[in-house]
Parts: sequence; C-alpha cells; structure tokens
Amino acid sequence: MTTSSPTLRAWLLDDAPASPRQAWCGRMFRGWLQFRRNPLAMTGLCVVVGLLIVAAIGPWLAPQHPFAQNLDHRLLAPGTQGYWLGTDELGRDILSRILYGSRITLTIVALVAIIVAPLGLLVGTVAGYFGGLVDTVLMRITDIFLAFPRLILALALVSALGPGIENAVIAIAVTTWPPYARIARAETLTIRRSDFIAAARLQGASSPRIVMGQIVPLCTSSVIVRVTLDMAGIILVAAGLGFLGLGAQPPSPEWGAMVSSGRKFLLDQWWVATMPGIAIFVVSLGFNLLGDGLRDVLDPKDAG
Amino acid sequence: MSPPPSNASRRGRGFGAARVAGRAANLLLSIGFTFLGLLAVTFFIGRVVPVDPVLAAVGDRINASTYDRVREELGLNLPLWEQFARYVWNALQGEFGRSVLTSNPVIDDIRRVFPATLELATVATVIGVVLGVPAGVVAAVKRGSMVDQAIRVLGLVGYSVPVFWLGLMGLLVFYAKLDWLPGPGRIDLLYEGMVEPLTGVILIDSAIAGDWDVFRDALSHVVLPASILGYFSLAYISRMTRSFMLAQLQQEYITTARVKGLAERTVIWRHALGNAMVPLITVIALSYGTLLEGSVLTEIVFSWPGLGFYITNSLLNADMNAVLGGTVVVGAVFIGLNLLSDILYRLLDPRAR
Repeated sequence: MTTSSPTLRAWLLDDAPASPRQAWCGRMFRGWLQFRRNPLAMTGLCVVVGLLIVAAIGPWLAPQHPFAQNLDHRLLAPGTQGYWLGTDELGRDILSRILYGSRITLTIVALVAIIVAPLGLLVGTVAGYFGGLVDTVLMRITDIFLAFPRLILALALVSALGPGIENAVIAIAVTTWPPYARIARAETLTIRRSDFIAAARLQGASSPRIVMGQIVPLCTSSVIVRVTLDMAGIILVAAGLGFLGLGAQPPSPEWGAMVSSGRKFLLDQWWVATMPGIAIFVVSLGFNLLGDGLRDVLDPKDAG
Repeated sequence: MSPPPSNASRRGRGFGAARVAGRAANLLLSIGFTFLGLLAVTFFIGRVVPVDPVLAAVGDRINASTYDRVREELGLNLPLWEQFARYVWNALQGEFGRSVLTSNPVIDDIRRVFPATLELATVATVIGVVLGVPAGVVAAVKRGSMVDQAIRVLGLVGYSVPVFWLGLMGLLVFYAKLDWLPGPGRIDLLYEGMVEPLTGVILIDSAIAGDWDVFRDALSHVVLPASILGYFSLAYISRMTRSFMLAQLQQEYITTARVKGLAERTVIWRHALGNAMVPLITVIALSYGTLLEGSVLTEIVFSWPGLGFYITNSLLNADMNAVLGGTVVVGAVFIGLNLLSDILYRLLDPRAR
C-alpha cells in the first residue's frame, strides 16, 4: 500500500509540511499507521477489498454459470466434487451464485450511497447555511422521515412501486438519507460564521456558490465515514427485502432471495439457506469492522 | 435514532408553570406535526405513487361505469388536499379502510395482531437489557482488555448478522437437530384458544388464568425468536452503555467516591451506572421501538402472528389499506416511544427540567 522508503516516510511524517498537499498526505499517512495497528479494522479492510475483487473477477472464478440448471445434480451436499458449497433445488452451483451475487450487493450499496450522500449533503448544508425558516422546514421534514421505522417504510414504498432492484434502491435511499442531512447541518453550523465564509461573501460570491464551493467540501469527510458505517445496514435491509421477495427477482442470485428459497429445504438440505447467509454476514461484518476502525482514526472523540 | 433534545437555547426563558406549559405545548405541537407528516407520507405512497389507485383497488377488468363509481367511492374525484384532509380525519378515528385479505376493518386486524408483537418485543427487550447493560459496564471498566474486545466483537457481529438468517439457523439447530424447542408459531395447536384472551398477550393471559401448561408452552415458543431479537438489542444497548459508562468513569465524583473509600462495586454499579442510566433510558426506549418494527423479518421466519407478519402478508397480497394502516400504527408507536423517552429523560435528569 505505502512504500516504506525512508525519504518518503520522512516527507510524510514531516512536522513542518511545506504545502497543503504534504500536510494532507501526512495526516492520511498517520491515520493509516494508526489504522494498521488495529487488527479488527484490518480484517474488515481485507474483507471489503476481497468483496471488490470477487465482484470484479467473479465470472472467471465461478466454476459454473449462476443460472446453469442441472436437475440430475439437485440439492447436492457441500464438498461434492465440482460443487464446493453444494447445489440448490434446480441443481445450480451455490458457490457460483454467491460469487455473481456479490455484484448485486455492491450495486445496491453503491447506488444507495450515490443517491443518499449528495441528497443529505444538499439538504443539510442548505438548512444549516440559510437558517431560519428554511432550516426549520427542512429539518422538520428530516425528522418526519427519522420518525419512520426504516424497514416498514421501505416495505410500504416497495409495495406501492412494485418489487425489483431499482425500487428497492429507491426505498432504501428514502429511508437512509435523514441522518446525513443531520450530520451535514451540524458541520455547517460550526463553520458558517467563519471568516473565510465572510470573505467569500464580501468578494461577491453568491449563496449557492458558497454552499457548493466552501461548505460542501468541508462536510464531505464526516459524511463519508457515515457512509462506510451505514454500508452494513444497507446490505442487511437490501437482503431483508430480497428475503421477503421484494428485492431482486428470481432467478437473480441475490443473497437474501437465495436464503429465502433455501428456507423450504432448511430441515433436510441446510446448506441451501446457510451458505448465502454466511456471505451476507461476512460482508456486512467486514464493512462494520472497517467503519469502526475508520471512525477511531478520523473521529477520535467517539473512539473508546 | 434522534439524540436527546438540547434545551440549551431555550433555558432561562420564562419561569415556573408558564415555562412548563409552554414547553409542553411546544412538545405537543412538534408531535402533532410529525404525526401529520407521517400521514402525508403514507397518503403519498397510497394515493400518488400507484399509477391508478382505482385499478389498484379493483383490478383492470372493469367497465367504465364501475370504474367511475369506484372512483367516486374512493373520493378520487375530489381535489388532492380534500382527499388528504379526509384521510387525516379518518386516520385520527382509527379508520384505515377494510383489508381486502381478511375483509375486516384494518384497525380490528391490527388490534388483534399487535399483542403478539408486543409480547415478542417486550421479552426481547428484557433479554437485551438484562444482558446488555452489565456487558457494557464490564466492557467500560475493563477497557482495552480481552473481555472488552470480546464484547465489542459480539456487538459488531450483532450489527452484521441478517436477522432472518440467524432465525433460520436457530430453528435448524434448536428445533430440527437438537429438538430442544418447538418449531415456528406462537403456541402449540393443542393449546390454541385455551385461555381467555384478556390482554391478547398469551404469557399474561395464561398466568392470570393460572393455566401453567399453556404458559410453559407459550414460553417455550417465545424463547428462540425473543433471544434472537434480544441479541440485536443487546448489541446496541451494550455498546451505548459502554460509552456512557466511560464518560461517567472519567468524572471527578468517581475519584471522590473512591478516595472516600467506598467499595469499587458501589462506585461502579451505584454511582457511575446510576448516572449513566439517564441517557440509557432513551436508548432502551428507542431500541424497544426498533424491536417493534425489527420484528418484521423475525415474525416471518417464526410464523409469529404479529404486526410485521400481518403487514408483510398483506403486502404480498397487494392489500394496500392494511399495509398503510399498519405503517401508520407502527410510526405512531414509534413517535409515542420517542415522546415517552423524552419525558422520562426530563423526569430523571434534574438538569433537563
């Protein structure tokens, strides 16, 4: 990750950085050194990197096509030659389906993050910057969404929109954005009276320009930490919707839907439901460990 | 999870009864507004999102005259704001329409299924508090030790494991393999309807009736789903307890108590935990609310005939009235618990009065 040549290290750890870039790199490097000492966080990082690799090259790793049915090989136990994690009720290789399914999970998480982070940033910074009535109205709306239990609102939305991945993403996004708006607003309130904001205003910068150019960049880092911490929650809600039959539709190898289809064979062929569940668990644990470690590094006041 | 309200800005305004009344009015206004917002969202989901609510209600094979009649019956020819006003008025009276699936009024259905959810969530919260609070205290006192790490990992696992999968695994191990516990459901078929449903909570009803066979059976059914839900609340409660305790243990009054020569046990469990309990009440109330809704997936896995099971079942049968009615009720309970934790917070913390 980082080369350990002494000059680069000295440059990074310099107590008197010569440029903002060097200061930033140095801060990141010190954070990394601290992060590296935390075995749990490193485990999380490995899991997440592993997920990215699997999603990227899954098709080449998978021994079978995820939809390839072979009714002669139905419900084979794990460890059978050629089917390391066994087969499901249609003779499809579970390992291959899990590998392909990682793409669906990553897609959902990425789409939700892309919708939620900018939306929360926009609402929070605008509310915090303008204050007054704008603030009251926007934060009231945020509170209403916070008052909703997450899964129930997602269920109601999906039932109106119809099942499917896109609608599951919309439903999860609608239930996920409010905390981001809260965070962005809190950050904005701490900086909006700063001199550099006043200076920008005196130079004639318009409000949208100040919000976008000065305030949003400063709120981004705390929003990113929150995104990492939220990933596991998003994965679990998505898998829950899939389990209820409201997310990805068959024959898609979405992990939650795979657990759901294995439920019928639980008592005799336990592996059909167990294997994809382990995949969900490992990936969300990875994100949680990573997020926990990142928070310790980036946000020391919360660290315990 | 909303943090406890900060009253720093409002402190010092007004005196005595007038101030309390003013704050109560403020609180009520904000609750009312939130509830109205909740209704606006469900109204939006039910009336605006579906392309044509008439077709959603009666299917697409109807002739034009029936279509117009149904449209009028549903009040869809009125302007949108008037529809919303009607919707709010009906909701305030607990009128959410009829369920297509059971053909009962939705509110009657909800009244019937809610005790089952309440029973499950309450037992789960008891498990979460009884195990989670001591775990958090021990983790804070032995900070950085192996015990602390173990409790941290246990909590992180709780945050990461899909509840529906854990439920299935529990059934697989304790029901199918070991045969220690009964399978899905709330009570054995044999005991169904044996006790008079006074409260609807079987554990309480059978205890009142003194029918201990039923009580034992209901208890053996609730153990597994409640432990699994309780684990999730344990994860959250132990983590919060730990951080509240860490904050308290750094305070000077702890040093004073130790210098006075009090037993370490008293210092930790009475002094520090006593103060940490105040914010902890809010956390417990919130986690209780999350369990009421988080039980959706658990109820499905264990065929537990509660609110989550009802909502999901209606959803899979395109029964929008039941889904939205259930959503409003769960949201209202959520708001109520938030209010309760707010009030408890003020009662327990003299500084917040």
